[in-house]
Amino acid sequence: MKQAEREIISNTKKLLADNRIDVFIGYEQGTLPFRTSPCFVHTDPEVQKLVWNSFCANNLSVYLPHLLRQRKGHEHTRVGILCKGCDNRSVVELIKEKQLSRDDIVIIGISCAGIVDSTKLQSRLNGGRIIGFDETPDAIVVRLENEEKTFKKSEFLCEACRHCAHPIPNVYDILVRSEQLFPQPVVSDPRVTEFRARNRDQRWRTLEHEMSKCIRCYACRNACPNCYCKECFAEQTAPKWIGVTNDLSDIIFFHVMRIFHQAGRCVDCGACVRACPMGVDLRLFTRMLVDEVTDRFGYEPGLSTKDNAPLSAYRIDDEQTFMVEPE
Amino acid sequence: MEQRSSDSTKFEPKILAFLCNWCSYAGADLAGVSRFQYPSTIRVIRVPCSGRVNPLYIVKALQNGFDAVLVSGCHPGDCHYITGNYYARRKFALVKRYLDYLGLEPERVQFSWVSASEGARFAQIIKKITDDVKKLGPLVYFKKSISLKEKAL
Repeated sequence: MKQAEREIISNTKKLLADNRIDVFIGYEQGTLPFRTSPCFVHTDPEVQKLVWNSFCANNLSVYLPHLLRQRKGHEHTRVGILCKGCDNRSVVELIKEKQLSRDDIVIIGISCAGIVDSTKLQSRLNGGRIIGFDETPDAIVVRLENEEKTFKKSEFLCEACRHCAHPIPNVYDILVRSEQLFPQPVVSDPRVTEFRARNRDQRWRTLEHEMSKCIRCYACRNACPNCYCKECFAEQTAPKWIGVTNDLSDIIFFHVMRIFHQAGRCVDCGACVRACPMGVDLRLFTRMLVDEVTDRFGYEPGLSTKDNAPLSAYRIDDEQTFMVEPE
Repeated sequence: MEQRSSDSTKFEPKILAFLCNWCSYAGADLAGVSRFQYPSTIRVIRVPCSGRVNPLYIVKALQNGFDAVLVSGCHPGDCHYITGNYYARRKFALVKRYLDYLGLEPERVQFSWVSASEGARFAQIIKKITDDVKKLGPLVYFKKSISLKEKAL
């Protein structure tokens, strides 16, 4: 952990010193014990703020489209970014969709064994005051006022991390190997199959139940790197697709369509789930389209900048048993 | 005029049909000219190509009172714009599967290929869809209730 952190810091220092980048996006210690914050480093002294631990959750590629939007008369910002496996997949998708060019960024990739769900960990501590924590390859040791508690990382991983198939970035300029233990071989995610097995009414009630928690804060949309539209469909008035209130039907369709707009693009990074302040179980709905696109079109997003997006391509013999035929 | 009864013999579904201008709309027109009888449940919107249909149209239709939606285009290989229906096919496979996963009955969101010469086929497809939707009854899931009177019912 510390070794990886040192490598990140020394690489960033070098990139700034060699004038290869104007700003580096990484993580710094957050205001609460089990949180980190995204950090924008411009100068050498600031580099010391950078950290790397199992709470480095945010998908940092969400900042790239904004930073790299070409503005006439302005010099191009050169950006360095720290990418875990999932963040890297997002960067690849953004390059494919021409939101940035590979030459605009310097990627420091880092191999990741999964992010710990800080909310879950926090709730196990029953409100005790946290002095600090240490990390070993497979556990977190929390120092409270009167005692120390040890938690196995594998029991507190974020859901998306438990089923991550690509923890090591594919596209990078520098690769830092973290000494964390790697997760077990990927077990296929049972959530989608389990949900499909329920009857129609139950599925609808679950959707209603989850979506009734939503307060339309749009944190999920703002945290998602793929949601870079200047004007979101949810807030369009001409035409007005859906209302902006917390009417249940509007909430449901906001999520249904936002997730549908991710078809073939969602890399299952979990940023939306983490961002939600109300704990809406978004992954139950997002994961289905990720699996469907892989099964139907044999396509996995985020692995190569040379792939064709599945909805911008077709095969003459695409499956069409879903279509209606007269009896 | 609103049907409140869920008795399937009395329930007349409202179906929104997006028909591509070059094939399906012409096919529907031929059905009319040839006097083929089919249920008068569909309301037609003519689009230049099935690929023009945004999934948001389907969503808006379901939210606002339609019991089912049909999108119909040219047969693969016959699209007036060469490839529009291929893209549509991929898009709508995903839409249908996704809404089915969430609980919406798949019979409510249907897609078909009807060519300009297939008047009889068009009539048969509309009959089939109307029968399917009649059995399901009025749309319950996803519908937006905007009046207090409706909410009370």
